[in-house]
Amino acid sequence: MKEGKTGIEVSIAASIAAKLARVEVVAAYPITPQTHIVEHLSELVANGELDASYVNVESEHSAMSACCGASAAGARTFTSTSAQGMELMHEILFIASAMRFPIVMAAVNRALSSPLSIWGDHSDVMAARDTGWIMLFCENGQEVVDSIIMAFKVAEDRRVLLPVMVNLDGFSLSHVIEPIEFPSQEKVDAFLPPYDPLYTLHPDKPVTMGAYGMPELYTEAKYAQEMALINSKGVVIEVMDDFGKRFGRSYKPVETYNTEKADTVFIALGSINENIKTAIDMLKEEGREVGLIHLRLFRPFPSDELISALKGIKKVAVVERAMPGGAMNSPLFNEISSLVHSNKMGIQLSNFIVGLGGRDVNPEDFHGIIDDMSSPEAAKGAPKEEKNYRVIGVRG
Amino acid sequence: MAKPMDQYKWHELNVGCVIEEVGNAMEYKTGDWRSQKPVWNDAKCIKCGLCWLFCPDAAIYQKDDGLYAANLDYCKGCGICAKECKPGAITMVEEER
Repeated sequence: MKEGKTGIEVSIAASIAAKLARVEVVAAYPITPQTHIVEHLSELVANGELDASYVNVESEHSAMSACCGASAAGARTFTSTSAQGMELMHEILFIASAMRFPIVMAAVNRALSSPLSIWGDHSDVMAARDTGWIMLFCENGQEVVDSIIMAFKVAEDRRVLLPVMVNLDGFSLSHVIEPIEFPSQEKVDAFLPPYDPLYTLHPDKPVTMGAYGMPELYTEAKYAQEMALINSKGVVIEVMDDFGKRFGRSYKPVETYNTEKADTVFIALGSINENIKTAIDMLKEEGREVGLIHLRLFRPFPSDELISALKGIKKVAVVERAMPGGAMNSPLFNEISSLVHSNKMGIQLSNFIVGLGGRDVNPEDFHGIIDDMSSPEAAKGAPKEEKNYRVIGVRG
Repeated sequence: MAKPMDQYKWHELNVGCVIEEVGNAMEYKTGDWRSQKPVWNDAKCIKCGLCWLFCPDAAIYQKDDGLYAANLDYCKGCGICAKECKPGAITMVEEER
C-alpha cells in the first residue's frame, strides 16, 4: 500500500483494515450492502495475500457460530453482516459476548424487511443493541479503517475480552469512494501484537466453555459480563489515545462540533453526522449557532463524556434512523432522556426520526428540525403530534 | 468446583465462565429429575449389557457379580434400559418421595 491517501471504496478499505490487523479466520455470508467487504477478503485469502482461513458458511447463524468456534480456538476472528443477516445471527451475538470472544464485526447498517429494503438505516443494529457487544459508529471511511484496527486492540485486551461491532452506514458509507490513508503493516503490527488468548480449546489443556449456568450462578455470571462491558470504556479511551499518538488521528468516544457558542445541539450516530455538520455550517452563515454531539461509542454508553459535552446546552435534538417500535421514543433518545433526567440537567429534548430505508437526509431537513424546536409548542414541551417524536418527511 | 455454586461471588468467576477442571460434570447430580426408577429382576438378567450400552447418561454400571444396577445420583428414569432389555428383567417403578 502506497504512502499517503488512496481513493478507494470504503468496503474494500474495511477489508484491507482486517488484513492489516492480520485476521486469522473470517467466516461470513454475503449480504447487501456488506458483500464487497467479505468478497474482497475472500479474494485476499485466495490470492495468498492474507494468511487466514476463510470459512464459507450457509447462513449468518453459522457465520457467527463459526466465528465463536474460531475465537474459542484462539484465532483472531473477523466477520461482517447487515440487516436480515444480523437478525439471523442474533442468537449467537449473545453467545459471543457472554463467552467473551473478542470477535470484530463490521456491521454495514441496513433497514430490516418488510418492506424489503437493501438501503441504509439503523434498524438492524438497534435491534442488536443489548447483545453485550461493544459498539462503535463511524462517520467516514477513514474512521472505518482505524476503528477496525482499534477494535481488535480493545476486544483482545485482557481487561475486556468482548466482541466489538464497528458500525458503518450501508451505501452512504460502505459504497462511496473516499480518500483513505492506510497505516503501514509495521506500524499496525507494533500497535496490535498477535492475539494472546486467556483460554483456548486445546487437547493438552482441556477446559469447558459455555457450560450450563444454574440459577445459583447465572446472576453472578451476567453481572461479571456487564461489569466487563461497562469497564471496557476505559480501555476504549486508552486505545483511542494510543492510536492517536502512533498514527496521528485521534478519536474520542464522544466528540463535539461547534458546541462552544451553541445552546442547541444535535445528537446522532454514524455518517449522518457529516450531513449535520454541513447543515450547522449553513445555519452559521445565517447567524444561528447550533452544535453537534457525535457519539462514536454507543455501547458501553459513554454517560460521563455526554454529561460533560452537554454542559451549558439548553435544547437537544436526537436524530435517529430507526422507528421506536412502539416505545415512547427511538432507542438513542431513550438513553439520552434517561441521562438528562436522572442527572436533573433540565434540557429540552426532541426526537426526530429520519433517513429510514435509505431515504436521503438533506441539510434542509436539519434546518427544519431547528425551526421546529424553536416553536412555542416545543418550548412548552408539548408534542405537535400525538407522540413524542416526529418522523421527518413522512407524507400524509 | 472448589466450593459450592451458591458461594461464588461475581468477580471470582473465570472470564466467560470457563471451567478449567476436567470431569466436573459428575458434581452435578441430575438424578432428582426422576419420577420412575429401573428395578432389576436379577433372576431374569442374562448379563448381556444392553442396558449399560443404551443408557444415555452412563448411569448404569456392572457390579462385581456381573449383574447391572443404576447409579440413582444420575439416572433420570427415562426407561430406555427397560425398553431395550430383551429378557424383560427391568421394570420401571414409580419413585415414592
